[in-house]
Amino acid sequence: MTTPLLETGKTPAQGRSLWDDARDRLLANRAAVASMIVLSAITLISILGPMLSPHSFDKVYRGYVKVPASLSAYPKPDEIEPAFRALLKRARVTIVDYAREGDEVVVDIASKREIDPRTVRYVDRSDMFENAVLEGFSTDKKSAVLRADINFVHFYFGTDANGRDMMTRTFIAGRVSLTIGLLATVVAITIGVIYGATSGYLGGRIDQMMMRVVDVLYSLPFIFFVIMLVVFFGRNFILMFIAVGAVEWLDMARIVRGQTLTIKRQEYVQAAEAMGVSDGGILKRHIIPNTLGPVVVYMTLLVPKVILLESFLSFLGLGVQEPMTSWGVLISEGARNLQGAPWMLIFPSIFLTSTLFALNFIGDGLRDALDPKDR
Amino acid sequence: MHRYVLGRLLGAIPTLFLIVTISFFLIRIAPGGPFDLERPLEAKVMENLNRIYHLDQPLWNQYLLYLKSIAALDFGPSFYFRDFTINELFAQSLPISIQLGLTALCVALVVGGVLGIIAALRQNQATDYTVMTAATLGVTIPNFVIAPILTLTLGVWLGWLPVGGWNGGAFLNVILPVVTLALPQVAVVARLTRGSMIEALRSNHVRTARAYGLTNYMVIVVHALRGAVLPVVSYLGPAAAALLTGSVVVETIFGIPGIGRYFVQGALNRDYTLVMGTVVVVACFVILFNLIVDLLYALLDPRVRYD
Repeated sequence: MTTPLLETGKTPAQGRSLWDDARDRLLANRAAVASMIVLSAITLISILGPMLSPHSFDKVYRGYVKVPASLSAYPKPDEIEPAFRALLKRARVTIVDYAREGDEVVVDIASKREIDPRTVRYVDRSDMFENAVLEGFSTDKKSAVLRADINFVHFYFGTDANGRDMMTRTFIAGRVSLTIGLLATVVAITIGVIYGATSGYLGGRIDQMMMRVVDVLYSLPFIFFVIMLVVFFGRNFILMFIAVGAVEWLDMARIVRGQTLTIKRQEYVQAAEAMGVSDGGILKRHIIPNTLGPVVVYMTLLVPKVILLESFLSFLGLGVQEPMTSWGVLISEGARNLQGAPWMLIFPSIFLTSTLFALNFIGDGLRDALDPKDR
Repeated sequence: MHRYVLGRLLGAIPTLFLIVTISFFLIRIAPGGPFDLERPLEAKVMENLNRIYHLDQPLWNQYLLYLKSIAALDFGPSFYFRDFTINELFAQSLPISIQLGLTALCVALVVGGVLGIIAALRQNQATDYTVMTAATLGVTIPNFVIAPILTLTLGVWLGWLPVGGWNGGAFLNVILPVVTLALPQVAVVARLTRGSMIEALRSNHVRTARAYGLTNYMVIVVHALRGAVLPVVSYLGPAAAALLTGSVVVETIFGIPGIGRYFVQGALNRDYTLVMGTVVVVACFVILFNLIVDLLYALLDPRVRYD
């Protein structure tokens, strides 16, 4: 007894699911692939950057307030001597001879009184010098040699109005902004999908009631809602963005409900009903997985929306609180300091805009890839 | 048609009622009150204030009182801007916001529409990519970044335009706020128009129109655009409601006495009547514009009828 399959000697053609097709088409879309690379690079930098950066995001360098972005190290060569002289003037010792040996400053100092060994603290306290040592005291202890290493630091993105490194702050802000975007989006999608699918599947009067609620919430001014949530939850940003997600689900619920209305008339749903699968089971196994296409697309568009919303709240002073920061906070600070310190606006804006750009392109790419009409 | 409009307007009343109820109780359970200052007021003063504004009565009574006054279109006195009623505040600020929003809306529709059509006609060419990149930029750059850049370049460095102020709606003062408000909308309208225009240009009725030998203008503007404008219309409904009721950011940055600022000020100062007033005004605009969108739909798409 032989099966026809063996007779013809062919293996059955491998089935291709919607998702396989979609993935291939997405990978063929150059803009989308480039966007995914950019987005993962930004995510990686945001996660690893603050750990690798030599500066802490909330470390204040009082000597370097609003210094421009630069590839060369601070302090600049011509700043070292005046800065050192100013420090020793405050320590009330006079400089007899100033010399710079490589990355070290060697100064002969003299004073009318005995030189206090604690004088080095005046030098160490500055951001520009470290490891100051006093040596070669004269017998009357009124003159000595002071050596100090010059503490070279790099501010590739410049510093902000408080003298904090903009690069580390931009990375930390990326963590916050991306987390907020993801968190709020996940909350919004979860609520929206469950609500929309239930409403569409149950249909009838329940559906009308549930959609009426959405309509009412839709007409509530959104800003008012968000501000009220901020007032309730205080400035705790995780709670707040769960709340923002809880506001943003309305569109999602409408989209999913529309999808569900068409899906529930398909044969496989009827088959499941005939086999006695419970409503919950049908929703979970058949309806929700089949609505995921538009949901994924909408998600990539919702993340930028939430990030922008967060920056809008930060602009109003309701967002993330100091010393924590987000791209929105940095940008609104940068916009205020645009005239004197444009780098404060430029770098966070580049990061925010390229993230949003990438997400938009990925969303477009996904939409094209998942569009069944487009095959 | 008239019956449909009337039905929709009547149907809005329960919605409005629900909105008023939700927001009334929502803001009342928020901690703090309108007279909680840094330095607390004297007990006697506080008591008198509470009595004048009916805050000493049970919440339920206050709610009924508010419903009664709002049914007579009286939004009550402001708690924060003393000596003003909400009606007076809105009478001053709402026309300004509407004027600004309407101008921005027209700019967005015309510029965005034209850009979208141009991009669709030159699909996958350099022009198309330029327009779409610009549009994506327009969507992604927040308006509180655009506004300072515009004021700094056009207002401070070049000195062509005033950097702020309303000045009775003088033309020069309006340019920067309108541009800031319109830019994101231009971007969205351009994207939407391009997408639906590409679809419309491929459709059968446009091919037929071409086969009849109609001019390019007739084919594009009369036959293709009519179908292509539908998604734009449905997007512009809520967008128009948001634009006409003012933008907090634009009004703050350009110092414009519009209604947008009252959202934030009202909610943060617990100015109950002001918040409720803005909520009701915005809700009315949203409902109204949804109705207008549906009517426009019927006008543009002969398959949709409301009889």
